[in-house]
Amino acid sequence: MLNLSSAEWTAIELSLRIAIVATACALPFGIAVGWLLARKNFWGKAVLDGIVHLPLVLPPVVTGYLLLVSFGRKGPIGAFLDQHFGLVFSFRWTGAALACGVMGFPLLVRPIRLALEAIDRRLEDAAATLGANHLWVFLTITLPLALPGMIAGAVLCFARALGEFGATITFVSNIPGETQTISAAIYTFLQVPGGDAAAARLVAVAIILALAALVASEWLARRAAIRFHGE
Amino acid sequence: MIVLSVNVEKQLGTLNLSVRFEAAGGATALFGSSGAGKTSVVNMIAGLLTPDRGSIALDDTVLFDAVAGINVPPHQRRIGYVFQEGRLFPHLSVRQNLDYGRRMSGRAPDASEFARIVALLDIGPLLDRRPRMLSGGERQRVAVGRALLTRPRLLLLDEPLASLGVGHKREILPYLIRLRDDAAVPMVYVSHTAAELRRIATTVVRLDAGRVAACGGIELLDEADSDAIG
Repeated sequence: MLNLSSAEWTAIELSLRIAIVATACALPFGIAVGWLLARKNFWGKAVLDGIVHLPLVLPPVVTGYLLLVSFGRKGPIGAFLDQHFGLVFSFRWTGAALACGVMGFPLLVRPIRLALEAIDRRLEDAAATLGANHLWVFLTITLPLALPGMIAGAVLCFARALGEFGATITFVSNIPGETQTISAAIYTFLQVPGGDAAAARLVAVAIILALAALVASEWLARRAAIRFHGE
Repeated sequence: MIVLSVNVEKQLGTLNLSVRFEAAGGATALFGSSGAGKTSVVNMIAGLLTPDRGSIALDDTVLFDAVAGINVPPHQRRIGYVFQEGRLFPHLSVRQNLDYGRRMSGRAPDASEFARIVALLDIGPLLDRRPRMLSGGERQRVAVGRALLTRPRLLLLDEPLASLGVGHKREILPYLIRLRDDAAVPMVYVSHTAAELRRIATTVVRLDAGRVAACGGIELLDEADSDAIG
């Protein structure tokens, strides 16, 4: 209906893949960090909280630069991962996913943390008296009760990942078919004469995807509410 | 025969709790006004609150001993706990709530035991409902069933009727009496209402400002003013 060219389809497919992988990989870390911030008191908690929120307030280009120097081929973390796990981020779509995950992380952690803080801890005590050890309490009581927060966080992270531009282009550049997401493609099309139509089509796609993510999150949240409260 | 022996001390804000008593089978009432430390004592028996000093033993097992450094975690104590507010899991159905303890222990399902306790508490029609859809009295009956189905060595009931209206109190008490007589699980029953305890208790431990003021039979209840529950 929009008559998309194959280059445009590639950008869309890549954007979706990057956003999904970024969200899925960030989620376990988001749950762990949200849990630490909600439940534990430890030295350096304020520092952790600050670092988590940094991508929200730093210029994305700065985040991208920091990723480049740490996760690039010659960066300390990047070199280590390359040597030991064969995992390369620089100028790959995996690097774009990393950048998107980092940028979306504060949006992911916050609702999870709030959901965990809102849980009635006495229910966890009750589960313990019924024979559940810490791990089972977490898996059968804490996690399910925090599910609405996890859905909200994941959707926000996904939406952020779909729209990420500055950190991604700084870290992994703008390579068609590898790191050129919808946002980067729109930017590129606008730089070349006669690219306006293609840019406009991708803008339409971006709007549709964002709306779809919102609708999906509403639907999931309502389903979770029905599961919990039976109405 | 002594089932439970408690000898604990704990500083709780301004309250210096120092409680020592022993309980045989049947229903032992922990009786006293609000703030006397009743709930703190049952929380220590359940393992949800750690005493500063002392020891707690159930049957021939030491659950807590400050000197020996023993503190069995709550999930290994096999003590059923019925809380004042029920604390049913809102995301699980009544059936799943009842089944929770068995799943955590890894035991195979025992349909006849399940049916017996469901019948004892008359909760059969509620099994597929969510806790939110239950009345206060129904919720407490499910909470009792959930605790019983863990096959507890001891059942703690902390003001199980306090959050209920008069009608629901009348509804629950007969079940608890039946439980005391049929299920043969020793009970520690916390309440500040003498009339309620008079019907269920076999032994009474009266707490006052963190100390055991008296220990004996239900005649101890007569000394206190009874706010009747009908």
